Amino acid sequence: MEQMLSFIAAKANYWTYVILLMVGLYAMIVKNNLVKKIVGMVIFQTAIILFYVSMGYKQGGTIPIVMHDEAHHGATSAAIKAIDYINPLPHVLMLTAIVVGVATLGVALSLAMKIYQEYGSLEEDEINEKLRNI
Amino acid sequence: MKILGKITILLCGSLLLFFTSDFPDFGDANSPASLHLSPYFIEHTLEDTAVPNVVTSVLADYRGYDTMFETTVILTAGLACFLLLRIPKRAVKNRYYLHEPTGVTLRFEGDKYPQESDVFKRIDSSWVPYDIIINFTCRLLIHFIQIFALYVVAHGHHSPGGGFQGGVVLGASVILFAISGNLRAAIKRFGEKTAALFSATGVFIYAGTAALCMVLGENFIDYAALAPILGSDRIMARSHGIFIVEIGVAVAVMAVMIWIYYNLSSAGKQDEGL
Repeated sequence: MEQMLSFIAAKANYWTYVILLMVGLYAMIVKNNLVKKIVGMVIFQTAIILFYVSMGYKQGGTIPIVMHDEAHHGATSAAIKAIDYINPLPHVLMLTAIVVGVATLGVALSLAMKIYQEYGSLEEDEINEKLRNI
Repeated sequence: MKILGKITILLCGSLLLFFTSDFPDFGDANSPASLHLSPYFIEHTLEDTAVPNVVTSVLADYRGYDTMFETTVILTAGLACFLLLRIPKRAVKNRYYLHEPTGVTLRFEGDKYPQESDVFKRIDSSWVPYDIIINFTCRLLIHFIQIFALYVVAHGHHSPGGGFQGGVVLGASVILFAISGNLRAAIKRFGEKTAALFSATGVFIYAGTAALCMVLGENFIDYAALAPILGSDRIMARSHGIFIVEIGVAVAVMAVMIWIYYNLSSAGKQDEGL
């Protein structure tokens, strides 16, 4: 029983990410409405961000900002132990990814808006119907 | 189509779930991701850059190229929104005006409409009266939001923060102003040309600082070359260089967020928004 609980605790973050990823992918593949597809894409992105950030976590580690007293009293690399701080790299990558995600979301929404102005609909089958009749 | 999609999702999901058993445990300090580069960054950030916040030093110094081109991506996204949506100003079908002393609203059709003045105000077609609570609260909050944003940018060396976060908060303050009042009032204060200029300036500050380092005889994005200009030693010069670059990022991100909002909320007309 205890073994199973520790197994769940060790892998739960990956399961969450897989479930979110599949929710996003499902919306992107199956949904008919373009805005719903975009929402699916955002959920997909969020899943990836969650995956990266959870990979950087270390048991008992603190945020990756070097402690104040260590920063002032004789800063040598010997005094700072990497095991005390969580991994900063995923944070850096996801920090930029979030902002770029918002910017690309803006582009996606403006494309959807342009499609709506052109075809009067955001439903994929209706747009296809109109494209065939041209 | 729906069944096919569901089968694909189930197959893909079960495969991913099956292979999670090979992944390192949650919170494992010896996972491969934490073994190679990140210990170096954590242990040497003070020696190399004098910045305690490892995320900031990795963002702007160790991985400077990445961040520079992310800023370029954001600028490109803003430009793409502008080129896709923006249509030149043309006469809107109906303009609504409010005469404040009497509270009468008038509708004008076609090209003829009166001059705007203090008592005779143009309003959106979806205008709702008596939004004094929203207006007052937002006006009160916007100053504090902007000061907090400047703090986040300036204090990114010692606490969680930096250019991206501060820029987004700054942009959000202007967007809040546009939502609480109307779009035209926001554009009057932070125009579209200003937004375009600022977003380009931010990228230019970043790329320019990086190129200046090369001119001064070091590698691209090695801020140590700025030491004679900034009047500090080489390590502190890296810290100051990171700060300059973060300001560039903040300016670019703020302007692009506002620019995208202007174009999206008004479908490119920039006349009546949300």
